Amino acid sequence: MKKQLRVDPTACTGHGLCAELLPELITLDEWGYPILAGQPVPRGLDREARRAVTDCPALALKLYRPS
Amino acid sequence: MTYATAAPNLSRTTAHPPIQPPPGGASGLPRLLPEHGAVPVDLPTHLGHHGRPPYRGQARLLIPLLEESGLTGRGGAAFPVSRKLTAVADAGTRPIVIGNGAEGEPASDKDKSLLWISPHLVLDGLQLAAEAVGSSSVGLYVHRSPRLQERLRAALAERAAAGVDQAPVELIDAPPRFLAGEESALASRANGGAAWPRFKQPRVFERGVAGRPTLVQNVETLAHLALIARYGARWFRSLGTAEEPGSMLCTLHQADGTRNVVETALGTPLRNLLRLDDGAGGSGGAAPRNITAQAVLVGGYHGAWLPASLAAGMTLSNAALRPAGAFTGAGVLAALPADRCGVAETARVTRYLALESAGQCGPCFNGLPRIATVLDELAGSRPDRRALADIKRWAGLVEGRGACHHPDGTVRFVRSALQTFRAEIQLHEHGRCTAPGARPFLPLPAATATTDADWS
Repeated sequence: MKKQLRVDPTACTGHGLCAELLPELITLDEWGYPILAGQPVPRGLDREARRAVTDCPALALKLYRPS
Repeated sequence: MTYATAAPNLSRTTAHPPIQPPPGGASGLPRLLPEHGAVPVDLPTHLGHHGRPPYRGQARLLIPLLEESGLTGRGGAAFPVSRKLTAVADAGTRPIVIGNGAEGEPASDKDKSLLWISPHLVLDGLQLAAEAVGSSSVGLYVHRSPRLQERLRAALAERAAAGVDQAPVELIDAPPRFLAGEESALASRANGGAAWPRFKQPRVFERGVAGRPTLVQNVETLAHLALIARYGARWFRSLGTAEEPGSMLCTLHQADGTRNVVETALGTPLRNLLRLDDGAGGSGGAAPRNITAQAVLVGGYHGAWLPASLAAGMTLSNAALRPAGAFTGAGVLAALPADRCGVAETARVTRYLALESAGQCGPCFNGLPRIATVLDELAGSRPDRRALADIKRWAGLVEGRGACHHPDGTVRFVRSALQTFRAEIQLHEHGRCTAPGARPFLPLPAATATTDADWS
């Protein structure tokens, strides 16, 4: 099962780094908060997704395996 | 706070013979509230009528009966009670059980009325639910009303003296906030923090209060549970519909401004509950329409507006309401009189909802105040041409992006208004309004949160 991205909206403060690192799956709304594509992370973007998660200044972005 | 009982639902099927004499009259209603007047029921009266709580002597034994009864949560979400109890019982040892009587919805009185008039039914339900999930840590989360809390303390003391309860009950203060009763906000508050919703991973039933599995049930749900434990699933199902059995408490706001709490069967026609003299059932428009209500708000401030003519043909059930985008919710029904502006009412309530955002999630924090501001403009004369498009775009941006359902509920309310009051909005675009400067109709509390302390 492929992993999916999820944002904790109470932790996210809208730095926007994730959308810079992973524009294929993350865009920003007009206030700077991430909008995630609802799809699983494709194999080719694994590394970028992990980087977006670890580099989030608010630690609000998570990778999880849908159960 | 007044209280009356609804007319019996004539469309229901014949009642099955109960296991024991049922608490209601021949109609089966009311079940939760006493038959005559709003006189609070003390412990001797309660025990005389219903007897002691029928403890099963073991965890889980009550759950199959609850499943058979089809009881769903009466706090608004209508989640099956047996499934929630099973999830908590399965989640681990030493669960916590909390009765939810926060009732943050300003238009709802039913939980406060129930706790005031029939506290022992709620407290029985709390004990029985605790036994069913194997819990000895029990709390009751209630509105910070000194009178109500004093009364509940007295009721708990009476029960302790009579040896009715298996587990001591701790009263927990709910701050007077719209979201205070949201399940994860309740868990945060019971943990000693502010009543802010949180990101639900892990979920409350897995790890809620003190890191333990936590069962949160609305106080009305607990009262129904206490009766089902005594009178059985067939008795419970003798009112309501097959899919949505039983009765529920509703707070009714009539177009003439009167407000009361009634208990009624699920499936009751809305026009038996609200006076909707809208001409819809008349001779087809030839006669002059004597309009008293133009629209009905169903399900409270996270609910939906329906035109009165549409509501008049509906019943109090999610099966009937869901196709129109509405839900029974916690039973708030408000008939908006014809001499009020639905757009202005919606703008006022949306401003309140925006201020009741806990301010934790960016889309809610940013989107709701903007929606409220442009709704204000729409409620005035000749709004900006972009107003409607802005509201619709922001509604799409906030939906599904909060830790709790506050943005989703607010958006449902706003969207239903744009649809129901479309003609009124067009009037405003031409610089007119059916009720300029009318007195506010929907109730709102005076104070909004200004500091973190207001949330705890």
